[in-house]
Amino acid sequence: MSTSSESLLRVSNLTTWYPIKQGLLRRTTGFVQAATDVSFEIAPGRTLALVGESGCGKSTVGRSVLRLESPQQGQVHFEGDDLLTLPVDEMIAARQRIQIIFQDPMASLDPRMRVRDQIAEGMKSFGIGENAEDRKERVANLLKRVQLDPAAMDRYPHEFSGGQRQRICIARALAVEPRLIVCDESVSALDVSIQAQILNLLRELQEEMGLSYLFITHDLSVVRYLAHDVAVMYLGKIVEQGPTERIFESPAHPYTKALLSAIPSIDPARRGAAPPVLGDVPSPSDPPKGCHFHPRCSEVMDRCRVDAPPVVTLPEGESRCFLSEEGS
Amino acid sequence: MGALLQVRNLRTAFPSANGPLPVVDDVSFDVSRGEVLALVGESGSGKSMTAFSALRLVPKPGRVVSGQVLLDGVDLLGLSVGEMRKVRGARIAMIFQEPMTCLNPVVPVGSQVIEAIQLHEDVSNADARARTRELFAEVGIPDPDARLDAYPHQLSGGLKQRVMIAMALSTRPEMLIADEPTTALDVTVQAQILALLRDLQKERNAAILLITHDLGIVNELADRVAVMYAGKLVEVADRETLLTNPLHPYTQGLLRSIPALSPPGQPLPEIPGVVPPPAEWPKGCRFSTRCDMCFEPCADTFPTELASDTGRRVWCHHVELNGGATDMRPRSDSRMAERAGPSVGRGGEEGA
Repeated sequence: MSTSSESLLRVSNLTTWYPIKQGLLRRTTGFVQAATDVSFEIAPGRTLALVGESGCGKSTVGRSVLRLESPQQGQVHFEGDDLLTLPVDEMIAARQRIQIIFQDPMASLDPRMRVRDQIAEGMKSFGIGENAEDRKERVANLLKRVQLDPAAMDRYPHEFSGGQRQRICIARALAVEPRLIVCDESVSALDVSIQAQILNLLRELQEEMGLSYLFITHDLSVVRYLAHDVAVMYLGKIVEQGPTERIFESPAHPYTKALLSAIPSIDPARRGAAPPVLGDVPSPSDPPKGCHFHPRCSEVMDRCRVDAPPVVTLPEGESRCFLSEEGS
Repeated sequence: MGALLQVRNLRTAFPSANGPLPVVDDVSFDVSRGEVLALVGESGSGKSMTAFSALRLVPKPGRVVSGQVLLDGVDLLGLSVGEMRKVRGARIAMIFQEPMTCLNPVVPVGSQVIEAIQLHEDVSNADARARTRELFAEVGIPDPDARLDAYPHQLSGGLKQRVMIAMALSTRPEMLIADEPTTALDVTVQAQILALLRDLQKERNAAILLITHDLGIVNELADRVAVMYAGKLVEVADRETLLTNPLHPYTQGLLRSIPALSPPGQPLPEIPGVVPPPAEWPKGCRFSTRCDMCFEPCADTFPTELASDTGRRVWCHHVELNGGATDMRPRSDSRMAERAGPSVGRGGEEGA
C-alpha cells in the first residue's frame, strides 16, 4: 500500500505467530499463524474496519498494535514511533495515545471498583488532571459526554445494563485523551437498538475529537455504516482492502464476495439464496497450501493450490488474488 | 383442524419482594404444521422464556402462572412429569445457541445421538447407529462414518451445530424449537445452517418456532413473525408484511436501527433508552417509555389487540383496522400517519 505522510498508524508486514509447544521439553512443534504479512494504515479522524470470521487473526492484529502480543516481524508506526522497537517504559507511555475497547464490558471493568475510580485510574497514571477534585470533574464531564448521568460515577459496574457498561468503557478510554481507539467487537454483544446508540456515539466522538478507530468486527452491516476503509482478513492474511463503498459495491476477492453474500438480507424479495461457500474455516495452525482460501473458493484455479497469490494493487485498494492480477 | 401448537394466554412469573413479576405476560400464538414462526425480540423481551414455558423448562423460582400450551389439542401444562418427558425430545425437539454447552465433551457425538434415539424408542444399537449415520449424512456432515466416533472438541462450531440438529431430528419430532440456532456461528457457516434448516423443514413438514433477535434470519427462514417487547407481543404478521410495512413503532424502530439500511455518514435512527427491567414496566403500553409517538392513553392504558382477517395482530393505540377489516393502517388522527410512509423495511442494500 502506498505510504502517505499523514497516516496516524501505519502497520507494515506485521507477523504474529503463536508457538505450539508440546512434550516434556516444551519444544515448539508448530505455529498458529494468527497474522502474516499484515499491512494497512489509518489517517487521523478515519475508521478502518478489520473484518473476518472467528480465528482469522483480526483480534491478534489489534492486540499486536498495542503490543499486547509480541509480533515476530513488521513495524507499527504510530505518530513517528515504531511501537515494536520502543523500550517498555516508552511503550507504556505510548498507550496513552492508543486505547482499546473490548466486546464484553463486564469482563473489562473491575466489578469491585466504582465507575469513578475506574475512569480516573488511567488519568492518574498518565498524570492527567491536577488533583483528585479536578479528575472528579473530568469524570463527570466524560460520563455526560457518553450520555450517562454523572451521578453514576459512584456506582458499580453491575448496576448498569450492557449498553451503559460499554459507554463506561468508552468514557474510560477517552479519559486519557487518545488519538486512536482499537474497538475489538465493541458493539457485537449489544441488542440492535442499543448497538445503534453506541455506533452513533462513536461517530459523534470521532467528529468532535478527530479520533481514529481500528474497528475489529465480524459484522459487515456495522462496517458499512461506520468505516471509511475496510480490510478483510482470512486465515491470518488481509485478502482485500479498500474504501468501504468500493468493497461493498464491487468486491474483488472471492472471499469478500462470499462474505458479503452470506449476510442475511431483510429484503423479502431476497431469500433462499444458496450458501456462497461450503465448509468451515481451516485451522490457522495448518493453513492450506497456496492461497489459504482455495479449498472453499468457487473460482479456484490450479495455481491457487500451489502458489500464494501476491498482493495486487487495484485502482482503489488491493487484493491478494490471481484473478485480480489478470483483471488489472 | 387447529394449529399443531397453540399457546393461549401464557403468563410466566418470577417471585419478587413486591409479588410475582410476569416476564411473559398474556402471550398467545399458533404454529401450524409446515410453518416457521419467528419469535423476535431483544434481550429481556421474554422470547426465550416463552419457549421454556411451552416446554415446562422455566428455571426456578419462576413458574407458569396461567394459560395453556396445546400440542395437537393436549395441554402440556396439565401433563404429569413423566408424560411431559415423553413429549420433550420426542415430539418437540430443541436446538440451542451454544452447541458446545449442549454436547457432553467426554462422549463421542455419535453415541450421544444414539442415546437420544434409544431413550425414546426401543431399537438395537446397530439400528440406532445406522440411523445416526443417515442423519449425519442428511444434515451435511462430511465423512459421517468417521464423525460418529469424534468427540465434540474435534468438530468445528458449524459441525457441532449440525450434530445438534441431527440429534433434534433423530426422533422425528413434529415440532422444533430453535433458540438462536446460528448466533454463535460465523456468517458463512450461518448461511449453510440456515439453508439446511430450510431444506429439512420443507422435506419433513415440521413446525418450527424460531427464536431470534436477527431480522435477517427471520427473512431467511420464517413464514410468520411475532415481535415481543418486555414480556408482551406487540405485532404479529406474515414475514413480508412485517418487513415491508411494520405498524408497531417498536417494530419500525428495530428495522430502522439496522446499520446496513442507513446511508453512511448520517446518524443511525436509534430507539432511545433501554428495555426497562420487569419491575419497572409501565402500566400501559410497555414500549411507551421509549416511543417517540407516545401520547395520552399510551402510558396508562394497555392497547387492546387488533386482529385483521388476514391474521395480522397489532397492539398499539396508533393503529386501526381499515374498512373491511382486511388490514390495518395508522389511525388517521395520529402522529404515526403524518410520518413518512411504509417504506421503512425496504432493504436489500447489502450484499454483492
